[in-house]
Amino acid sequence: MNMKPGTKTDGGKALIKSLELEGVDVMFGLPGGAILPVYDPIIDSPIRHILVRHEQGAGHMAEGFAHATGRPGVAMVTSGPAATNIVTPLCDAYMDSVPMVVITGQVPYAAIGTDAFQECDTTGITLPVTKHNFLISDPQDIPRVIREAFHIATTGRPGPVLVDVPKDIVDPKNPRSAMEWYWPDSVDLPGYKPLTHGDPNEIKKAAQLIVESRRPVIYAGGGILKARAADALRELADLTGIHVVTTLMARSAFDDTHPLALGMPGMHGNYTAVTSMQESDLLIALGSRFDDRVTGKVPAFAPHAKIIHVDIDPAELGKVRKPDAGIAGDCRLVIEELIRALHDIGAPQSQPDRSEWKAQISGWQEKYPLTYQQSEPGELLKPQFVLEQLRDNTPDDTILVSGVGQHQMWASQYWNFKHPYTWVNSGGLGTMGFSVPAAIGAKVGRPDRMVWAVDGDGCFQMTAQELVTAASERIPIKVAILNNAYLGMVRQWQEMFYEERYSEVYLSPDLPDYKMWAESMGCVGFRVESPEEVLPTIEKANSIDDRPVVIDFRTDSREKVYPMVPAGLSNDDIVVDPAHGEGGR
Amino acid sequence: MPAPHKHHLLSVLVENKAGVLTRVAGLFARRGFNIHSLAVAPTEDERLSRITMVVDVESAPLEQMIKQLDKLINIIEIDELAPGKAVARELLLVTVRADPQIRGQVIELIRIFDGRIVNVGHDSIMVSLEGAPDKLEDFENLLRPYGIVAIQRTGRIALPRIPSEVAEDTPPIRAVS
Repeated sequence: MNMKPGTKTDGGKALIKSLELEGVDVMFGLPGGAILPVYDPIIDSPIRHILVRHEQGAGHMAEGFAHATGRPGVAMVTSGPAATNIVTPLCDAYMDSVPMVVITGQVPYAAIGTDAFQECDTTGITLPVTKHNFLISDPQDIPRVIREAFHIATTGRPGPVLVDVPKDIVDPKNPRSAMEWYWPDSVDLPGYKPLTHGDPNEIKKAAQLIVESRRPVIYAGGGILKARAADALRELADLTGIHVVTTLMARSAFDDTHPLALGMPGMHGNYTAVTSMQESDLLIALGSRFDDRVTGKVPAFAPHAKIIHVDIDPAELGKVRKPDAGIAGDCRLVIEELIRALHDIGAPQSQPDRSEWKAQISGWQEKYPLTYQQSEPGELLKPQFVLEQLRDNTPDDTILVSGVGQHQMWASQYWNFKHPYTWVNSGGLGTMGFSVPAAIGAKVGRPDRMVWAVDGDGCFQMTAQELVTAASERIPIKVAILNNAYLGMVRQWQEMFYEERYSEVYLSPDLPDYKMWAESMGCVGFRVESPEEVLPTIEKANSIDDRPVVIDFRTDSREKVYPMVPAGLSNDDIVVDPAHGEGGR
Repeated sequence: MPAPHKHHLLSVLVENKAGVLTRVAGLFARRGFNIHSLAVAPTEDERLSRITMVVDVESAPLEQMIKQLDKLINIIEIDELAPGKAVARELLLVTVRADPQIRGQVIELIRIFDGRIVNVGHDSIMVSLEGAPDKLEDFENLLRPYGIVAIQRTGRIALPRIPSEVAEDTPPIRAVS
């Protein structure tokens, strides 16, 4: 569709044209009354539209697409219930800083506020869960607002932006939709000036802290991935020889097989990652936000550590812990500037001898590896074993997508991530049901990659219907359900903190019958009950590339996620596993 | 009322667009920040409005409030107006009992405070008083024994003080002949 500036058109066509000019080649959505006029020009547009079965699916697909590609995900749905159905993905994307643009239909402008059919206050409802939102009243504003929406979503600290579009301004049958086409050259937002380069003085200060530190740890967060800073991070680690922990949102930002990789810290982090932070004299926080799941009890968190904090969002600096050097800026640019500043002061030669610290770290790694007991013959599968088999029998660049709960923690713990953007999960909001639609979005964005969703049986039942979308759109994702017949993480807490009083957590292993359900949705379904079937079934799944695959792995519900720092306690109170007793001190 | 130093004055320049006040109020509500008072009006530039807000830093550090506010796309500029570096005013309207026997005393009080009588009834009068917040505070306290029927105070408005030092290159002031 070629349009010259000044061409008379309507808001609906202008909206789709604007998306094309923003480089959108795929969007996820489901039409309905108020958004109908915008769906008509999609027929003539090169944009691929993926028809979902529930609007929540469209939102998570857009997120999965964004996680895997770094490009903004786009979803479009109608007004009222469709808009409320996409609130969860908006909030998820807001918490995890995922660039996403959501377009919602709205009742005609004149009907707003009259309790019209399928009307809801979409901008009001989504205000606290979006980086910004717009309600357009004039079709002439559409190209400008779409440009602004993508600019806001993708720059600074990324996040979701919603654009609410009343029906009358996009409906060619309504004279109110008439507009003259234009495409703005630039964006003019006087109140929005995201920072990029960090303050050189603070960077110098940070470099000095690094060369004075004897027990430093790099605390890498999701901001590394958002800033495309994985290479810069690796360079910093290699230059200084400083170990790196990667938070749940930063998994895959640093090669887990690198000798300086310590893996995941936090509530279910490994002993060495947690304890090295606790014992550190300098935490180099890069794009991380001192989340409660990482710090445990804040006053007891890394009590001897000075803090370097780099974040694109100035409000994160000092929100939880006051930094000794606080640098607001883009992680990649700041790390590159920090590397230069380190060279300027003679690093790495000017750094102190840290061999004692390194020996302490490797001692912890040796003494407290992740462990589990393999199942006895006739017992159900161990979830960790399934994940090890999956990890060791899929390509290195497989994109792993998880839901939320025990399976998510095991996946993060046991996987060895080697390439950035191979881990997609819901960290901040903890949205059960995230994995199936997010995996679909990831596969759409990276069709060249193998995409495995690791899911729980509880999560799977929340959004499984999107496998119909995957089957009909030929998006061949693979789903491993770690089916322990329980809401496993809740069960774990009830076992540990509620005297084994299991309240409303049992789900049944075979209601629904996951294999039949998968098959009815156009997928290939498998069920695996014994350890020797695990590998052959994974291999079978890997060989199928024309439709989605679902494997129902029957796992042991008694298995708990360890190590664990019980909520509200200090990270010093880490429980490694029951066999080891309370950890180490 | 908490001690005055718990209160800070922010002057916030915002785009004059629908829903901006909701964004500011919503941000304060969801982050647990307290607003003590609020005044909003368009500025000399019709595209912009100024929000003058008194915030309670007992509820959160001022720095967090400013940084979080600054993230709102429609907010253009935030200035903290330090006490002594700004002129702040509030307006008070009060209806007070003033029977003929005590009316003289009430009017005397109003005169001392430079208030204006804006409405008179059989046994009460309405006064308007403009001034710095502590002056209004004193006036309200002194009126209370007579019987306050209704009272309404505006939020504080403020502008930075004009520097009093004369710049060296300032031409001397001349009388217009």
